[in-house]
Amino acid sequence: MDWPILSTIILIPLLGSLTILLINSEDEIGKRNIKIVALYTCVVNFLASIFLWVNFDKLSSEFQFIERYAWLAENITYHVGIDGISLFLIILTTFLMPFCILASWTNVSNKIKDYMVAFLILESLMIGVFCALDLVVFYLFFEACLIPMFLIIGVWGGARRVYATFKFFLYTLSGSVLMLIAIIYIYIVTGTTDVTILSGYDFNYSIQNWLWLAFFISFAVKMPMFPVHTWLPDAHVEAPTAGSVILAGVLLKMGGYGILRFSIPLFPIGSFVFTDLVFVLSVIAIIYTSFIAIAQEDIKKLIAYSSVAHMGFVTMGIFTFTDQGIQGGVFQMISHGLISSALFLSVGVIYDRLHTREIAVYGGVVKKMPIYAAFFLIFTMANIGLPGTSGFVGEFLTLLGAFKVNLYVAFFATTGVILSAAYALWLYKRVIFGLITNDEVEKLLDLNLREYIILLPFVLLIILFGVYPNMVIDLTAASTTNLIDNYSYAIEQYQSHLVSVNLEIGT
Amino acid sequence: MNILIFTPVLPEIAITIVSMFLLIIGVFKKNEKTYTTISNLAILSLLVVLFLIFSGSVPKGVSFGGSLITDSFSLYLKTLILISSIIILVVSNIYLRNINLLKFEYIILILLSVVGMMIMVSSNDLISLYLSIELQSLPLYVLASIRNKSSKSTESGLKYFVLGALSSCILLYGLSLIYGYTGSIYYNEIASNLSEYDVGILIGVAFTLAGFAFKISAVPFHMWTPDVYEGSPTTVTAFFAVAPKIAALGLIVRVLITAMPTLMEDWQSILILLSIFSMLLGAFSAIGQRNLKRLLAYSSISHMGFALMGVINGSFDGVRSLSLYMLIYLVMSLALFISIIALKTNDEHIENIEDISGLAKINPVMALIISILLFSLAGIPPLAGFFAKFYVLYAAIDAKLYYLAIFGVLSSVISAFYYLRIIKVMYFEESAISFDPISKRLKTIIYLLTAITLLFFLRPSIFINFAGTASASLFI
Repeated sequence: MDWPILSTIILIPLLGSLTILLINSEDEIGKRNIKIVALYTCVVNFLASIFLWVNFDKLSSEFQFIERYAWLAENITYHVGIDGISLFLIILTTFLMPFCILASWTNVSNKIKDYMVAFLILESLMIGVFCALDLVVFYLFFEACLIPMFLIIGVWGGARRVYATFKFFLYTLSGSVLMLIAIIYIYIVTGTTDVTILSGYDFNYSIQNWLWLAFFISFAVKMPMFPVHTWLPDAHVEAPTAGSVILAGVLLKMGGYGILRFSIPLFPIGSFVFTDLVFVLSVIAIIYTSFIAIAQEDIKKLIAYSSVAHMGFVTMGIFTFTDQGIQGGVFQMISHGLISSALFLSVGVIYDRLHTREIAVYGGVVKKMPIYAAFFLIFTMANIGLPGTSGFVGEFLTLLGAFKVNLYVAFFATTGVILSAAYALWLYKRVIFGLITNDEVEKLLDLNLREYIILLPFVLLIILFGVYPNMVIDLTAASTTNLIDNYSYAIEQYQSHLVSVNLEIGT
Repeated sequence: MNILIFTPVLPEIAITIVSMFLLIIGVFKKNEKTYTTISNLAILSLLVVLFLIFSGSVPKGVSFGGSLITDSFSLYLKTLILISSIIILVVSNIYLRNINLLKFEYIILILLSVVGMMIMVSSNDLISLYLSIELQSLPLYVLASIRNKSSKSTESGLKYFVLGALSSCILLYGLSLIYGYTGSIYYNEIASNLSEYDVGILIGVAFTLAGFAFKISAVPFHMWTPDVYEGSPTTVTAFFAVAPKIAALGLIVRVLITAMPTLMEDWQSILILLSIFSMLLGAFSAIGQRNLKRLLAYSSISHMGFALMGVINGSFDGVRSLSLYMLIYLVMSLALFISIIALKTNDEHIENIEDISGLAKINPVMALIISILLFSLAGIPPLAGFFAKFYVLYAAIDAKLYYLAIFGVLSSVISAFYYLRIIKVMYFEESAISFDPISKRLKTIIYLLTAITLLFFLRPSIFINFAGTASASLFI
């Protein structure tokens, strides 16, 4: 048997966290060692995930690197494997982690040991979410992520951290418990929770709608979609920089990933029936949260609302069930993971200096931090979706898919692109340009080497993916096509079933 | 007469004799060291009995003319009861010394109550059922008020006694109705005579269940729980929270499944109400509590409601889920109670949630352990509490009781709120209080129980099969 590479990638951060637990953190050297071990663990894990990419067979739509061990019951096994969609989300996770550690290098001094342990455990769990091919295993990882994130926001967060972290925890938990009931129901009906077996299973049509809803509520909270998005701005604002990065970069993607991996293959009819609902919610999210973003006084809150809007494009794209739409959705997830992380990291840079996120405090930053201003400009443009950046590709593909299916949806969603330019450019103007009104801003120093190292890879990747999106799209193509084929087959069956029912009523 | 017919109840007989023997020692040799000797002897004898049961030396079968039955199910529950009482005795040794309450009667009372519980889970007719419940309860009433210099402890004992006596009356009335309408006290004969449908028997079943509900503190018979939990010494509270509940649930399962399978629809509706009310009331009432023991009282009410879901279906899966739930609940709540016992400031034991604020800074290991236990009680995967809930929900959904399952998960979301509040106090708040060092013995027990909670997911099948074989014996 081959080396169990996926389990290794899941376990490396756990091993790292165990090592950290053994380090005595009382003195400065110990603290430094903790950070170094954490950083090395994350880098090693990133390299291991690159190994996945290199060995990935992009022509196959089958799951790869499969591992399967007996676990809870005969048909509830530890089953992991990846396809093109999960591959990039795993790489995104392992890619973001080293930067999270680096971003916390100097600004976290309180309980650094617990902090790094929490982040490494979170990394293991997040990778587990993207590998799991069994519903119970998925649920396990999906829910377990709450524990470290709860602590990260609660212990190292800002002033209103307790409120924010409780809201985050309880929102997500209440969303996902219904999914648990649905999973158990599926197990009772089919006798298995293995996704690879279940994707061929024909659930009763009316039951499928309920199951779809139970899963959807959970993913919609995580995504987050309108109207259950209100936890996100609070959580983002209060979380430490690295927490925001992980939240925006990875945790939000679990919702979209869940829809692609579970909702659509398992419940195609449910997905079909509720398509309009998703479109309406997505469009509301895109327009409504963009308007809210314009009115924000807090930089992080503004980016948080813009995240909700961007995730609206993802759901819209996925539910067009066209090649462009779904690939655009996946691409948008990865690109948003990079862009929003980069934006949060940039905010972290000035937050570390002035300890405030209020837009009004800043102004004229460009005079003191020209290099920073340039970086921030690129990220802002990517957030708007300027051609040449990865943000453009995602939005363009999802809109293309939407135009094919529903003109109204596409029309309203496109206005979101304009609105995103409004809030993002206005934010940039208020923070970077203008006269220096605050004495504190006068004292700002430009990026240091560590910050430079953190931000530069994001610029390169955002532009690389913007110019050459095929890097991602080629690898996701097979999985996407497979997804759509299965979906359209199920829908055909459903429609012929409807026709025959109508005929019976007619006669 | 062949002496061998008593071997299935040998554990009970042994513990009874030991407790009498220890009583004599205690009465005649009253000095400082006696307590330790008696306690060590008691722990040793319980360990021997536990080993006998575990090694399979206790034969299965009926004794006393069919009044008591020993099968895998009762042996499983006896194991749990013994484990919890051994742990409680070990911890009491340290705790009672600390609060200056070294009374040897304490140990005798626990032993007698354990005998009562073991007979409860073995009882096979209405007489042994009632007697064992009384044998189990009477020592507990005294235990609750054993700290007789504290008005709270006395109050809790009195309250427990008065309400317990009332519930016993109700139970006895229900049992007499069942006997009157079926003409038998044996479960299997009751089951076969039940076929004729009668209103009287329904009243009997309802009264009996009300009596049982009191014992597991299910809503609306829960009123005594918070006061008794708060007033009793913490080790007694920990004992209350675990052992009698396991015994009572085992009893309920056996009575309902072997004596009244034909009335399932009727008792099912009663249990559903008990379950829903317990889960919701337990979850909502705990939110406002400041006292840790009161909070855990409400949390245990909520957990009992959740566990009851497993009985409702009357199926193998249900009983298995219940058995597993009891096992995991035992591990989690004992560990949590012992952690509370272990934490003290200047020899004062902690009482309120605020007392542990900032624990994460002062004693990160204990803070981590308490958080793991609380997350587990809230049912967050991958901790053991999640699997307990998973199997119970499985049983409920299998019985097509979807709304019950939804109530269950919603109540666990609400409960998550107050568990998180404790974690918040430990981690997000600062405090200047320092804590006394924890004794090694307590530490070992806490670590062991927490390790089971934390690592349960690695090999869940061990425990599940254990619970499964036990439950299967009810369905032969």
